[in-house]
Amino acid sequence: MSNQGKMDCGRRNLIVATAAVGGAGAVAALVPFVSSLLPSERAKAAGAPVEVDISKLEIGQMMTVEWRGKPVWIINRTKEMLDTLPKLADQVADPKSEKEQQPTYAKNDTRSIKPEILVVVGICTHLGCSPSSKFKAGADEGMGADWLGGFLCPCHGSTFDFAGRVFKAKPAPTNLEVPPHVYLTDTRIVIGEDKKGA
Amino acid sequence: MAGGTFEKYKSDGSLAGNALEWVDARFPATSLWKGHLSEYYCPKNFNFWYFFGSLALLVLVIQIVTGIFLVMHYKPDAALNASGVPIAFASVEYIMRDVPGGWLIRYMHSTGASAFFIVVYMHMFRGLLYGSYRKPRELTWLFGVGIFLVLMGEAFFGYLLPWGQMSYWGAQVIVNLFGAIPVVGNDLSILIRGDFVVGDATLNRFFSFHVIAFPLVLVGLVAAHVLALHETGSNNPDGVEIKANKDEHGIPRDGIPFHPYYTVKDIVGVVVFLMVFSLVMFFAPEGGGYFLETPNFYPADPLKTPNHIAPVWYFTPYYSILRAIVWNFFGLDAKFWGVVAMGASVVIFAFLPWLDRSPVKSIRYRGPITKVMLTLFVICFFILGYLGTLSPSPMGELVSQVCTVFYFGFFLGMPWWSRMDKFKPVPDRVTMK
Amino acid sequence: MKKFLIALLFAPIMAFASGAVVHLDKWPGSVSDKASLQNGAKLFVNYCLNCHGASYMRYKNLVDLGLTEQQVKENLMFTSDKIGSLMTVAARHDEQKQWFGATPPDLTIIARARGELGDAGAGADWLYTYLRSFYTDENRPTGWNNVIFENVGMPHVLYGLQGSQVLNHETHKLELVVPGQMAPAEFDKAVSDLVGFMVWMAEPQQEFRRTLGLFVLAFLALLFVVAYALKKEYWKDIH
Repeated sequence: MSNQGKMDCGRRNLIVATAAVGGAGAVAALVPFVSSLLPSERAKAAGAPVEVDISKLEIGQMMTVEWRGKPVWIINRTKEMLDTLPKLADQVADPKSEKEQQPTYAKNDTRSIKPEILVVVGICTHLGCSPSSKFKAGADEGMGADWLGGFLCPCHGSTFDFAGRVFKAKPAPTNLEVPPHVYLTDTRIVIGEDKKGA
Repeated sequence: MAGGTFEKYKSDGSLAGNALEWVDARFPATSLWKGHLSEYYCPKNFNFWYFFGSLALLVLVIQIVTGIFLVMHYKPDAALNASGVPIAFASVEYIMRDVPGGWLIRYMHSTGASAFFIVVYMHMFRGLLYGSYRKPRELTWLFGVGIFLVLMGEAFFGYLLPWGQMSYWGAQVIVNLFGAIPVVGNDLSILIRGDFVVGDATLNRFFSFHVIAFPLVLVGLVAAHVLALHETGSNNPDGVEIKANKDEHGIPRDGIPFHPYYTVKDIVGVVVFLMVFSLVMFFAPEGGGYFLETPNFYPADPLKTPNHIAPVWYFTPYYSILRAIVWNFFGLDAKFWGVVAMGASVVIFAFLPWLDRSPVKSIRYRGPITKVMLTLFVICFFILGYLGTLSPSPMGELVSQVCTVFYFGFFLGMPWWSRMDKFKPVPDRVTMK
Repeated sequence: MKKFLIALLFAPIMAFASGAVVHLDKWPGSVSDKASLQNGAKLFVNYCLNCHGASYMRYKNLVDLGLTEQQVKENLMFTSDKIGSLMTVAARHDEQKQWFGATPPDLTIIARARGELGDAGAGADWLYTYLRSFYTDENRPTGWNNVIFENVGMPHVLYGLQGSQVLNHETHKLELVVPGQMAPAEFDKAVSDLVGFMVWMAEPQQEFRRTLGLFVLAFLALLFVVAYALKKEYWKDIH
């Protein structure tokens, strides 16, 4: 606006008013476009809670189910596995699960509702690879001799214990995420829901 | 550039000023701004008809932006999904129902398609009223005719994508028109379809043309259209060349800078346009069955033609001309001549600058012959357009033949009737009516 | 002069606008009547969804009719237990084609597809008339025929509610010979509810669309006022 500085006050006010109203309209017009980038009803339906039967999951075994396109591990931990957890308290980055990576009902020593059953999203918190299971203690599976069993992310070498807690000085910043889940019966879990609502 | 060269920007010492100076030394920012906006001088007497150029640009932007977002969800696939519906058709309903805000984006795009043609037809009519196509603006007009042709192609390709009944059979009919060309016709229509009927191959190539090839050409032509216009300067309702009368600074006495005068005026035009646009989009998105045709809510069925096929309204005048030709000439059948007539009815606009021999440009200073001819032309255009939406009938055929003859008569007789008229003296300066 | 031109423009259009049209009864319902739509939804899942899919529609959308997810699950979902799933039909399309001679069309957007060109909204009238116009016809494999859809492959699924009609070939009127569970007026209301549901289902956000439209227009009116004032301000010295 090069009007040789003779812009009067009324004109300036009108410019500001038009720009403000027009700008607000432009922002409002963005809403449908931005919201169209969000997950659609189809994606939400695919991401609906998943019901899992764990009656056939033997002690020491792990199963993987898909929830929102992500692998969710369900591990029926043995007594030995659980026993490793307190020993590692000074080696893992967040032993008490202080960071919000689990619902409050899983913020405990075993990071689970039932001590033996661990439900955890099998996605490394570093850059999203899926870690592989290295359940055998010692160097048998290519880990160090002092390895007590857990998971290794093949992408950047982050390691996790049997509660999905990340070891110190590894690329992954936080423990593996525990998804919201609830027990319908002793052997039926719904993943993706906190309490049976509907 | 419209007004020659412009001085480079000099910083006032502020940070923003320094940044601008840095950019301007390396990029023609100032000269683009001044040459096309703040020192591009337009006649001060633009009227209602002069809104449609900038509105066409607005609709182009709407179509491109909504199109980008639709492509994120649309799938050009003629195969059937688990429910027995073609995937392409289902993906449109997916956008309408499952994608948040998708229905609004899709309605913007479908309403925008019709709005584009309304705006462009108004813009072209303005050219007819005031002789905007005449010397020295012939090239601007030719680029404009190019835009119109590409726009028709763009609309035609896009209309197949929802893969409804009308999409399918409309494309089937139009592609088969090429079969009327002697010798190579059948092979040519197979080449266009990539199949013996309209099929998945056709859908995919039309998708490619609609989202990439034609929009690129369209944007290029629009840029050429605007550049050519800014080289000669705009015409006006009086048909007076404002550059013929300049003041001591070399500025046309009847000219005002486009910015801010026409920017603030066009903003008002844009708001009014958006109100009309919103009325259709929110309260009658089917446009009474003309913008979204009802048979297109059925998925394409290659085994069942709808009872009544009509092209979308913006093609119907030319479609009527196609149907009006029912005679064989020179051993070639009527189908071929129908296609020729249809093509000619569009292309003939390109010859206007040389067909019009009137000594004045604007209808304001032309006599009754021009006014009657132009009125009859518009009436014929509307009648042809309306007949094109109806099923063929003997009465309709006769009327469309009369209108077709007049349609071509208007153009081909122009070198004579445009000279015969009575003319009023054109003033030296523009008038503010 | 201008008026004359406009009249001249439209005169030929008027002359051609009259064509033969099948008489349709006007659908008396409304898409804003939630109770009616709920009843329509119930009729739809009980009588239509066995053969016809509504395969772009999710059960979850039925919540917009003023129901809870629990109510939808208990009353309207028979083939699926996932609230987010599509209202597809279990029958296979090729088998259906054998049974009926044609695959029953998907009904999600049938109310939009059934209008005639230039007469948007006629789909509701068509459906409302069609569903009430079945009559017995021994020459048809199903034993049924329809006044406005001759030799239709679909049997009269609402027979139990309406009873059976015959076509009087002299008056071309339908006469009810065996009454059904519902009185005629009651049946008309039920069909109206069912059609209302189909109109709603064809575009579940239509009410919101119109409401949003009002807000957009109000906003544009405000923008017009300031933009017009700004234009006036700049143009006051241009003569």
